[in-house]
Amino acid sequence: MTRKVLIVDDSKLARMSVVKVLKSLHPDYACVEVGDANQTLATVRQEAPDFVLLDFNMPGKDGLTLAAELRELNPSIGVAVISANHQIEVIERARATGAVFIRKPLTAESLASFLAGAAGQDKLAQ
Amino acid sequence: MTAAPSIELSELESDALTELVNLGVSNAALSLREMVREEVILSVPKVSLVSREEAIAALGEKELSRLVGVHQDFEGDINGRALLIFPETKSIELVRAMVGGELSVEDMIELEQEALAETGNVLLNGCLGTIANQLGRSLRISLPEVIYGEGSDFFAPSNVSKGSDRVLFIYINFAVRQRNLQGYIAMVLDMPSLVVLKELIGSFIERVAGGTASASSDVC
Repeated sequence: MTRKVLIVDDSKLARMSVVKVLKSLHPDYACVEVGDANQTLATVRQEAPDFVLLDFNMPGKDGLTLAAELRELNPSIGVAVISANHQIEVIERARATGAVFIRKPLTAESLASFLAGAAGQDKLAQ
Repeated sequence: MTAAPSIELSELESDALTELVNLGVSNAALSLREMVREEVILSVPKVSLVSREEAIAALGEKELSRLVGVHQDFEGDINGRALLIFPETKSIELVRAMVGGELSVEDMIELEQEALAETGNVLLNGCLGTIANQLGRSLRISLPEVIYGEGSDFFAPSNVSKGSDRVLFIYINFAVRQRNLQGYIAMVLDMPSLVVLKELIGSFIERVAGGTASASSDVC
């Protein structure tokens, strides 16, 4: 079943690298990119993605704040915060919002595990 | 008068360098977190290629007081100097964060140099090591040296970066909130190193994002 993934990162290169990993796992998945964190909620309303992958360290609004807002907007969306900063405080804050923490550099294994886990939770909810 | 050789980074190359620095500093911050036992907050890194004068001016705008810095030179395919800089008034706070509040002021002053060198060593090695690994190159890194002064003292031409008029100015602010501690990391590269760096970044981009096209707010 094809799914839609929203990628939020201020770095174009980082978005490209996420797309590359995603396409290697699921060539059929649709993806939408957002380079400005402030546009995230509007894009989520418009595009209704199944998963959102958020960069943590962004100008304006960080990934953890966005994760909390997204969970409030629609708890059924699978949200992951991707960050090179893997200090325990950051990981705990990500988990507290209900998001999955994924360490940068992103690997196919960690993304596959998130997508499978979030899809499983979705089934349970249904 | 001959025109100064110039090298510019494309938007994507600049993004790639920012990502590399972010990875490096994040890994380094994890080590610093262990040392101060408290979260180290990192800002979004800003990377720019500027002249020495611009780097000095940028530092002067941000910090009015005297500064303390730790620098380490690196050599390999890329030669340059990495610096960790913060206001001199904060250096005793750093010692306190590392050793706890049990020591007398005299002891802390005695340990200050050592604490600064050690912090610089952990942060700069962590940062440079990660970047070198990602680029698939190894670097020899010198021992840390502590210097006090103003912006111009930190960006003075050194043995490894003489003849260079460009500074790869990486501005990242790190803070330990409870300690009111913050600082910056900067890197100075000579012109041949910048050329090599640009090539290595090109390979890095191809490796992590090759074969994908991207545009903001677009469907991919």
